[in-house]
Amino acid sequence: MDQIQSPAVRVRGLRKAYGGVTAVDGIDLDIARGETFALLGPNGAGKSTTIEILEGYRRRSSGEVSVLGADPATGGRAWRSRLGIVLQSAPEAGLYTVREQLRQFAGYYPNPRDVDEVIAAVGLEQKAGTRISKLSGGQRRRVDVALGIVGRPQLLFLDEPTTGFDPEARREFWGLIERLKAEGTTILLTTHYLDEAAQLGDRAAVILGGRIVAEGAIAELGGPAARVPIVRWRDASGVRRERRTERPAELVAALAAEAGSVTADGRGGEPAELEVIRPSLEDVYLELVGAAEASAVSPTVATPEEARA
Amino acid sequence: MSAVTTPSTAGRSGAARLPGVIASGLSRIGYEVRGYFRSPDTVFFTFLFPLIMLGIFTAAFSSAGDISPGPGTAGVSVGAYYLPGMLAAGVLLSGVQNLAVDIAGEKGDGTLKRLGGTPLSPVSYFIGKLGQVFTTGVLQAGLLLLVAATVFGVELPTSGEAWLTFAWVFVLGTVASALLGIALSAVPRSARSATAVVVPIVLVLQFISGVYLQFSALPEWMQNLASLFPLKWMAQGMRAAFLPEDFAVMEQHGSWDLGWVALWLLVWLVIGLVASRLTFRWIRRDA
Repeated sequence: MDQIQSPAVRVRGLRKAYGGVTAVDGIDLDIARGETFALLGPNGAGKSTTIEILEGYRRRSSGEVSVLGADPATGGRAWRSRLGIVLQSAPEAGLYTVREQLRQFAGYYPNPRDVDEVIAAVGLEQKAGTRISKLSGGQRRRVDVALGIVGRPQLLFLDEPTTGFDPEARREFWGLIERLKAEGTTILLTTHYLDEAAQLGDRAAVILGGRIVAEGAIAELGGPAARVPIVRWRDASGVRRERRTERPAELVAALAAEAGSVTADGRGGEPAELEVIRPSLEDVYLELVGAAEASAVSPTVATPEEARA
Repeated sequence: MSAVTTPSTAGRSGAARLPGVIASGLSRIGYEVRGYFRSPDTVFFTFLFPLIMLGIFTAAFSSAGDISPGPGTAGVSVGAYYLPGMLAAGVLLSGVQNLAVDIAGEKGDGTLKRLGGTPLSPVSYFIGKLGQVFTTGVLQAGLLLLVAATVFGVELPTSGEAWLTFAWVFVLGTVASALLGIALSAVPRSARSATAVVVPIVLVLQFISGVYLQFSALPEWMQNLASLFPLKWMAQGMRAAFLPEDFAVMEQHGSWDLGWVALWLLVWLVIGLVASRLTFRWIRRDA
């Protein structure tokens, strides 16, 4: 079997239970080589557990997992050399300079990137000789990212990489990720910033209560129904109105005509507070999460049978 | 480029090109030693501590005159008497205290987790740690001997036999201490509690093992208790190397018992090896 042809990540029926609590409850996932995949979900939904199983840090309770053609539970050094991992919380230790730390880590890999190129890529040229303990939080995070990519990974895990970045640093980081994508790196991203997921991701999945509740191309996530534009306005009697329609211009024209008919001069009127909204990834996401919370099944508690399974 | 050279399976072609375990370990020694000397706590409480204690003891007790094994025999200066104990304490601190606190910290702050996500082998990591302990231990002993000879006027032995004894006690003691330090790093629940757990253990051992207090002056039960732990044997081996022959009568059985020194240190080395092998987790995997 040619492993090159296998997807970067293939997961079937993944479950993970801690004691009686099921954190991951039957996940299927396919990430193609070269793809950037965003895994979204609130804290405690099972995101980190899933990622840590894929990275080889945790063992699964059941299910099939293949990462770059190998089972993470038994992946060896050669397998690890093809991964880059940027953990959610990174070490505080800062006894070394940026360049010393990158040199040291580069030495663990068979085919590392040039250390100075990596430092430049994360925009830390000015800080290359500075001890990591002397850097700001955002700069340290960039060191984490640099350490994650210095080994020239085929698959890069980015767990909330831009937490603590200012908007400008986030834009720069996005540029770096775009370049890695262009080089063919497969990326698995988790983030709480949905604009980031929309910007970088090719596809995304939303995980809630240990299950994937939506998956697909970023522009299609949540299905066509979730993407129907919303028209909002305040009607003549002062009541807030909202209607979803595939033909918002038609509705707006009708509203204008209606508003015009009640004005004295008979001209086309302006409906108060008129808005036409095309749901963003964030709107779709919030709707999915809101729907799950509203439903009777609590997302974090599994039934005993499921926990056993 | 990378797509062309990409290994086609997880193991086969990738394994050949991975940096060697020994080479990575050696590269970690320099990195670890650098980190050691950049930690002010470590430099003061591990590296310089025996030297400072030797200075204090020499200054405090020199006025009481030389220490001799019995009436009418030639004595040695206070500095000369305490030097072997401080050398032994240095070995214990460099191994046990240094590594137990260091590794507990690396476990707590995520350093180990990050290393576990790289292709670095745990063996390379331990080569780095052992190399760090050995390098800093040699520098520490060298500094102690230098200051003792030049500042405190201690006459160092000239016989090759004495230095040979020093060498094997030092090497055996260092390896045993380093392994015990790795094993002990599993005990603290957090990086913050590491010093609170480790320092008292090391301190008590120094008091009962003849580092700060004359071993011959301790009650027998305390001497017997200390004999269960490695520091007493390291200190005894160091005294054998650095004190005149007739000081042997002050030891518990009236002789240096170098065979027992070697045996006890070997036993503790094996205990350290087994315990560190059993308790150390490179990647913390839950059930």
